[in-house]
Amino acid sequence: MTWNGLVLALVAVAALAGIALVLPPWLISLATVSISSGLVVLGLIVLWRAGLVPFGQALYFATGAYAVALASRLLGWSDALALVALGALAAGLLAFLVGFLLARYREIFFAMLSLALSMILYGTLVKSEALGSTDGFNVAPATFLGYAPHGLEQTRALFWLALGLVLVSGTAVQAYFSSIVGALAIPIRDNEIRVEYLGMSVTHIIHLKLVISGVLAGIGGALAALVISHVDPNMAYWTTSGGFVFVTILAGASSVPTAFIGAFVFEVIRSVAVTVLPGAWQMILGSVLLATILFLPEGLGSLARRRVANGDAK
Amino acid sequence: MTAILSVTGLEKTFGSVTAARDISCEIPAGQTVGIIGANGAGKTTFVNLITGHLAPSKGCVRFEGRDVTGLPSRSICRLGISRSFQVAQIFPTMSVFENMCTAVAIAKAGGSLVRGATRALHAQATIEDAETALALFSLSASRNARASTLPQGLRKLLDIAMASAGHPRLLLLDEPTSGISVEEKYQLMDTIMGALKTRGITVLFVEHDMEIVQRFADRVLAFYDGTVIADGPPAIALADAKVREFVTGTTIHVRTPPGGAHA
Repeated sequence: MTWNGLVLALVAVAALAGIALVLPPWLISLATVSISSGLVVLGLIVLWRAGLVPFGQALYFATGAYAVALASRLLGWSDALALVALGALAAGLLAFLVGFLLARYREIFFAMLSLALSMILYGTLVKSEALGSTDGFNVAPATFLGYAPHGLEQTRALFWLALGLVLVSGTAVQAYFSSIVGALAIPIRDNEIRVEYLGMSVTHIIHLKLVISGVLAGIGGALAALVISHVDPNMAYWTTSGGFVFVTILAGASSVPTAFIGAFVFEVIRSVAVTVLPGAWQMILGSVLLATILFLPEGLGSLARRRVANGDAK
Repeated sequence: MTAILSVTGLEKTFGSVTAARDISCEIPAGQTVGIIGANGAGKTTFVNLITGHLAPSKGCVRFEGRDVTGLPSRSICRLGISRSFQVAQIFPTMSVFENMCTAVAIAKAGGSLVRGATRALHAQATIEDAETALALFSLSASRNARASTLPQGLRKLLDIAMASAGHPRLLLLDEPTSGISVEEKYQLMDTIMGALKTRGITVLFVEHDMEIVQRFADRVLAFYDGTVIADGPPAIALADAKVREFVTGTTIHVRTPPGGAHA
């Protein structure tokens, strides 16, 4: 990331952190939920750039969420940072393990295999009484390095934590994108044979991408568990995965900020749709998806790029 | 001269089909070797066996004295054997410059995932090396073109320029002039061979055009039915009775000037 980009990100995050002092709680919660899915989408973009579309990213999302819920319930953990780290670790480890299988597949086989794995977790969660079955269970309010806020304070603290996670994850992913391996996403999509015959293992690179996207989805899931204060098997269901794919199409894979902007726009559209058309809100979401694919095939991010291209033609 | 490549008793079978059998040869460093043979004679199989694309059923491949038989292609590439392909293998949606940068950057990272994930793609040294390579292969004028828009000859050049980005000691070119018009072949080969000589790379190239072979090869390996039927300087190998019968046709091949009619 350029220094300009980093400064811009810092300013944006600081501004959002300040605005939270005057925003209504429901909007802060909505923003935190958006960030949690934005983190998952950021991981999806890592894979997307290499031409891989996972239809089962909810696997890592739910793993992160359940890791938090179980640690809170069984071990009495309450520190938000420790819980998020645990969620990231659990999901990253799972991604590393299933990566040995997934990294060998491409295209529809990759998509369907990742979907199948997520549905195995869904089935397991639904059938396990110990894991809360279909109801799931509640997550106790988090503490922050000893600070134990309640109500609105808790909502704000989680939002600030979410912003911190955005900054750290966004910077790391941006650095990854400009690294050699990160930049190899397009060469891999274009021509795996050439990459292999230049001396780099495509399988290893995709495995790494899976772990990165798994960790990000785990962080997103952990954050979601804390902000919603509840986990249930729907977090692993295929419609959850589909939602992440939806947001990625809406956002586009062009840059890091678009993941979060796209996720926020999606949450707003969904909230409005549910209010306006409670019985058939999916129709509105579907129409938005259709319009995005028809008129903005590279997503919201391409709007910013067009403006940049027009503004300072190099 | 010491042998850079030493092949002994190489054999490859696919079920009951023998694609390569009893191939033995020593290639000294610096020698330019032309590989000829009709379609299906085993030329590409030979290239695939050396570069690790296929694992030999029998026999041994030594590179600079080191046994590389059956190693995966990536490892062989990192040891210093590179290859280009009959159909140019490039990154079509990227610019020529980005193609070259990618090749140079991977070479600089030594193919390591850790170094590759922690180093920036557009390091100053990478950009400079990429520009140098583009100039060496006469590709600078197409620097910003999308690779998919390149004419066939430039695609081949880019493929070979990328293959040589890691400064291999041995480079195998699989039909560098296939799909290129007769008029352009000589110029293309001049550019390729000139660039590779500058880098001191030993070259093995598969070729169907005997005039190209005569002009650019120091030595010819003629393949027929999976094995080498003649091995020697072009004048001798191309005059060989078996080569004339199985590879070049029974009529005596008369060398015509560049650009002339090609029988």
